[in-house]
Amino acid sequence: MAEAHPVGFQWVMEAKRRGAKIIHVDPRFTRTSAMADTFVPLRAGSDIAFLGGLINHVLRGGHYFHEYVAAYTNAATIVDESFADTEDLDGVFSGFTGSGYDETSWYYQGARVNPAAGERDQWHDVFGSPEHDRATSEEESARRAEPETDPSLTHPRCVFQILKRHFARYTPELVEQLCGIDQERFHEVAEALVANSGRERTTAFAYAVGWTHHTVGVQYIRAASILQLLLGNIGRPGGGILALRGHASIQGSTDIPTLFDLLPGYIPMPRAHPNLSLDEFVATNAADKGYWGNIRDYVVSLLKAWWGEYATAENDFRFDHLPRLTGDHGTFQTVIDQIEGRVRGYFVVGENPAVGTANAHQQRMGLANLDWLVVRDLNMIETATFWRNGPEIENGETSPSEIGTEVFFLPAAAHTEKDGTFTNTQRMLQWHHKAVEPLDDQRSDLWFFYHLGLRIKSKLAARRFERDARQRERDRPVLELTWDYPTEGDLAEPSADAVLREINGTDAEGRALSSYTRLRSDGSTRAGCWIYCGVYAGEINRAARREPGEQQSWVAPEWGWSWPANRRILYNRAAADPAGAPWSERKAYVWWDAEQRRWTGHDVPDVDVAKPPDYEPAADAHGPDALRGTDPFIMQGDGLGWLYAPAGLHDGPLPTHYEPQESPLRNTLHATQRNPARRLYHRPENRYQPSGAEPGAEVFPYVFTTFRLTEHHTAGGMSRWLPHLAELAPAMFVELSPELAVERGLRHLGWATVITARGAIEGRVLVTPRIRPLRSNGRTLHQIGIPWHWGPNGLTTGDAANELLNVALDPTVHIMETKAGACDIRPGRRPRGVELHRLIATYRARAGITEHTGGDAPPPDNGLPENGTRPSGTDTVDGGEDES
Amino acid sequence: MSPDRPSEHPLFELERSMRTGEHARETAPEPAVGSSNGNRLSGPLADPSAEAGYSEQHPDRMGFFTDTSVCIGCKACEVACKEWNLLEEDGLELTGMSYDNTTDLGATTWRHVAFVEQRIDLSTRARVDIGMPGMGPPETATEEVAGSEVRWLMSSDVCKHCTHAACLDVCPTGALIRSEYGTVVVQDDVCNGCGYCVPACPYGVIDIHPENGGAFKCTLCQDRLGSGMTPACATACPTESIQYGPLDQLRERAEQRLEQLHEQGITEARLYGQDPTDGVGGDGAFFLLLDEPEVYGLPPDPVVTTRDLPAMACYALAAAATAAVTIASCFLGGRR
Amino acid sequence: MTGNEPAGATGAGAAEEADGERATFRSYYGRPIIKEPTWKVPDVPAYLYLGGMAGASSVMGALAQLRGYSRLRRVGLLCVAGGSGASVLALIHDLGRPLRFLNMLRVFKPTSPLSVGSWILAPFSALSGAAAVFEFTEVARPLGNAAAWCAALLAPAMTTYTAVLLADTAVPGWHETRRELPFVFAFSSVSAAGSLGTMLAPRAEAGPARRMALVGSLGELVASRVLEHRAGRIAEVYRSGRAGSTLRAARIMATGCAVGAVFARRGTSAAILAGLCGTAASIATRYGVFEAGRESARDPYYTVVPQREARQVEE
Repeated sequence: MAEAHPVGFQWVMEAKRRGAKIIHVDPRFTRTSAMADTFVPLRAGSDIAFLGGLINHVLRGGHYFHEYVAAYTNAATIVDESFADTEDLDGVFSGFTGSGYDETSWYYQGARVNPAAGERDQWHDVFGSPEHDRATSEEESARRAEPETDPSLTHPRCVFQILKRHFARYTPELVEQLCGIDQERFHEVAEALVANSGRERTTAFAYAVGWTHHTVGVQYIRAASILQLLLGNIGRPGGGILALRGHASIQGSTDIPTLFDLLPGYIPMPRAHPNLSLDEFVATNAADKGYWGNIRDYVVSLLKAWWGEYATAENDFRFDHLPRLTGDHGTFQTVIDQIEGRVRGYFVVGENPAVGTANAHQQRMGLANLDWLVVRDLNMIETATFWRNGPEIENGETSPSEIGTEVFFLPAAAHTEKDGTFTNTQRMLQWHHKAVEPLDDQRSDLWFFYHLGLRIKSKLAARRFERDARQRERDRPVLELTWDYPTEGDLAEPSADAVLREINGTDAEGRALSSYTRLRSDGSTRAGCWIYCGVYAGEINRAARREPGEQQSWVAPEWGWSWPANRRILYNRAAADPAGAPWSERKAYVWWDAEQRRWTGHDVPDVDVAKPPDYEPAADAHGPDALRGTDPFIMQGDGLGWLYAPAGLHDGPLPTHYEPQESPLRNTLHATQRNPARRLYHRPENRYQPSGAEPGAEVFPYVFTTFRLTEHHTAGGMSRWLPHLAELAPAMFVELSPELAVERGLRHLGWATVITARGAIEGRVLVTPRIRPLRSNGRTLHQIGIPWHWGPNGLTTGDAANELLNVALDPTVHIMETKAGACDIRPGRRPRGVELHRLIATYRARAGITEHTGGDAPPPDNGLPENGTRPSGTDTVDGGEDES
Repeated sequence: MSPDRPSEHPLFELERSMRTGEHARETAPEPAVGSSNGNRLSGPLADPSAEAGYSEQHPDRMGFFTDTSVCIGCKACEVACKEWNLLEEDGLELTGMSYDNTTDLGATTWRHVAFVEQRIDLSTRARVDIGMPGMGPPETATEEVAGSEVRWLMSSDVCKHCTHAACLDVCPTGALIRSEYGTVVVQDDVCNGCGYCVPACPYGVIDIHPENGGAFKCTLCQDRLGSGMTPACATACPTESIQYGPLDQLRERAEQRLEQLHEQGITEARLYGQDPTDGVGGDGAFFLLLDEPEVYGLPPDPVVTTRDLPAMACYALAAAATAAVTIASCFLGGRR
Repeated sequence: MTGNEPAGATGAGAAEEADGERATFRSYYGRPIIKEPTWKVPDVPAYLYLGGMAGASSVMGALAQLRGYSRLRRVGLLCVAGGSGASVLALIHDLGRPLRFLNMLRVFKPTSPLSVGSWILAPFSALSGAAAVFEFTEVARPLGNAAAWCAALLAPAMTTYTAVLLADTAVPGWHETRRELPFVFAFSSVSAAGSLGTMLAPRAEAGPARRMALVGSLGELVASRVLEHRAGRIAEVYRSGRAGSTLRAARIMATGCAVGAVFARRGTSAAILAGLCGTAASIATRYGVFEAGRESARDPYYTVVPQREARQVEE
């Protein structure tokens, strides 16, 4: 965190000053470790074993927060009897189909006949296979029937007992064996965690892509969630699980998504079901309980914001104008489609996939096979120049004359040159004002897309009479789109303030709305993103508020604005006990004021303020009214924190340790080496390596993990061109231990070449005691740290770490595994030209790599074609760009 | 020093203070001017600005307290300094000195973050600096390594703005001056690049710019102080490792912090450069360190070279006289 | 860097002398703590030599006039004018901003040996320049005489202010030898002026010059020896490396000069040999001292260990 979030880290230092104990868990000793009270080195890719060990410690020792667990989590809920655990099936859950899971056996007992499941069945009927049913989040799974519970937590199939059994083998010995963490240190962490949780104290977890960039990444977060729920650390001040996002406003770009399968505010993008109506869409996506019950209000307001007066009740508010998903349109699939000639044009805005995305060679192959490519960036990044100086040109694989892609490079304005907001990891919107005018041809993204839209609209309008009826119908969503932002200045810059106001939403009279509870499904309200409703309440840009800390309460509600409803801690109902009183004076946050008959406290209560703690819903209640007064997790279908996730995940209801896609070690926990549901793309440019006990695994004996430095930013597009940053970290390097240096004859500051089945890169050697060999599974394991900031352009240049990585994805969110891989390393620079290919071919041959390597099953009878494009599962792919 | 006090001749003030007995209270902590050896070249000095001739209304002496125990090595100070002071990039070379690729302070680097990697023996708590690793077996056997921990020290270095600044003393042109804030500043339009300040500085801070020939160093952002702004580095520092303020307050704060760390068992914490009785009369920019100063590239006990100037002048005069007498004696006797 | 890889030791050739102290002292990757002087070679060594030589020559010239050595006097005037003028040029050439050399006289700062030195050098070189012009153009000779005598009053300071200039720095090799350095420079100046007089003046008039060369060289040898003897640990930089070999050469030359000076009365070649040796010795001494200082600045050992010791003594 000190490395990639130095500014946010000031609060960790502040906490430390006040006596907080800082524990840092990381394969590498980083600047964060230097500041921590305890540093816990572990093997990259083994975190679930570590977290599982902590969960087991809490459960076995009875250290969980009993009242919290009993009242606020689904510990008491009984799971369907058809459920079987990985502990029973040697590493897979019930419902495994060979490439993915049929999730129905994971449901709650009694909730299976739940109409919510019926809705799912409806999806299944439409789309054929359960794995097509992408639940973007747990919130979607709705059910009307109440599942069976056992408040005594003793029923053998209640979540609590399942949890206990599932994690029983995650002992300190196992943690030592799998993670390389000695038992003494493990106990130190476990005891600190327990001692700092409960009524009087809370513990927070902060993580970044070290937890998410794995083929089982979502389950890493699930494991932390289970631990925090057991300890009562969710919804309480000083608690939580904090995602440290990869760069400014990445949170904003999921709230108002740049993801293909989401609409603003986490509304799912509709699928291409024939004649899908708004009613059907709402019926299949609304929840019966909680705030997703009002999804129709959100969708209609969004359609009204986009198509204004064209959207009426009669025409389903132009629901038909929304695009429909026909399959996977994620970044990795899109690139494969480029290589296969199915994608002709590509916009790359503020991203550098030519060096910044896993298997960068594959990315460039796609770029080289386009008709046109638009790159908007601050600097002349590699994605705009791959055709001229990419590694394939350097190695003689291809030449500029053979690449037909027409590249348009458009210089972009930096954040200091435009108005707008950043949404940070706390869901807080903070406005930034333009400090200087952009130079020359530099323009803001807002300017670019606004004027591009104007031009497309006018071109379509001008050709109206040349177009046939079908084409005209296709043009309508664009022609009817609300596109009326006021502009200012010589450049006709659209007003970012007006855009924020549109996102906030307006009522029938055109006044800014104050809260998403005011949204209506009758077409009288408009809102570009329902969760942002209120940021412009009272016609005030609340994101621009900068009331100094000393002039307001410690929660600082007057600084910026947090969605939803300027609430600073989500689910903060859990900060009070079931009766509504604070768990302790020290940790009081929101509470029920019995005299006033309302919820009050330091923050905006995350509960209907007038709903008493003893509220019991009527049988026919719907939406938020269907939640009890004790249900804190108001977006969940059952209002509870999920220790066990009966739906929403594609690789199991509980986290289980699997080895990374490529690992030198065998999975000794069970026979299933890797996450059986992960997504693979067996392609010539994306060969996988053997792992564990498979023959050839010894060719890649070292674990590597990619990382970021404070001095640079992501793939370097914003830092390698800046002299004052370039000089601080002026060369690509790899970090390794003195012991590995001896083993491989590597010299400090000399060159080393790192090799995987995809590529070989070179870097200077930094020998450092900060990297230490670990004992894992009975052998000494060396880890190598590889920063991924470099590429061929800019003031400091070097090879890109992404040349090494494969594309193997987490099945739920489809993120690639950048944080744990296997490689070989040797002294000297990498060869050039054909010699480089020869080197990689030699390694592939030595490891016996074929098109089937890295898969779990023996090759299917007809196998995949050598240039096959089919992933072993088919599903939507989102994310995958840089670090998010 | 008290900026609110009405302006009056120091003699009147002295007279009044003797009358009212305020004297003891106001100047008690430090002798006013000069030192035991009777010159003004070393020793404690309460108010360098007044000594330099500023009137009573001059502002408080300002400085930095750099608390390295909370430095996270982000180098934001280096970048902010270079951005504000328009200092150019000065080399794209990987040094291999941990994450320090800046190496030292100089004409175009006025803040420098040092990185020190150490191995600490858990049984003895002895520290082993790693220095520049080479190839070959690690210096300690594996078993020993297992019983050790890694410590990574980071520290942002800067010009010390000494109470007795050798650079200022030896500058022949008067380009180096004491500012009204008690800091030491180079006047670029006066400096003729003689380079005398460079070896005079006991901390190795000031240097000659290789291209334009002038001497440069930290100005404590003199051009920001006038408008009430904080120096760029302290503004950028996310963890308040670099604290800026009136030196008196900073010294107090530093003592408190030291006490706090000692209470927490971090006995190796120590202050560096805060003592007005040290060889340079105390630094305007001082530090809290977690190891010996030399580990961070700081001199353990620097002394302003001009402390010895009177003595040196005597030696030189004696030697000059010796030369004259020697020559004269050669002219005695006959014309051989 | 400590432990397995002592810093800077190899460069100084002092590895064999390495004791426990050198092996255990700590530093930041062996990097210097103070900055090495940016002064250039040959500018500054030349400045040191020429100034000293001119100073001693000025005294020599004045005394020659007093004692009626007219030719020696003219040699002296020439050496003073040439030496001080060239010294000024060397100083200007060494400046980072030569066009601003007049800023040296912008203020008079007693705390700055370079300021004081400039206030000595400037009138000295102006006066001696004028004296030479008057002498050789044979215009207003009394004025020239007066100028030469005025210069001669400043002259002794010319021989030693440069020693203070070096010593008044944080460079251990110079500051730690601050007592001896002025004497080394003083005798070296006497020897330098004597050497030139021995070479350039007719043998009949060169007696005092020969004696200066002899006494100066011997004085230089003794003073250098005392310097090294009293320098303690820092003597290493005077004994090893480039400084060491230069200073060894200087001692041989000084010995040569002394021997030559004894025989110079008898033959021109001995006079020339003595003169060349003395000049070379003087130049080598200045350069050697300069180099020794630079080496001591480069190696943090010489900054850290003495300061640690001083601190322990205090405590």
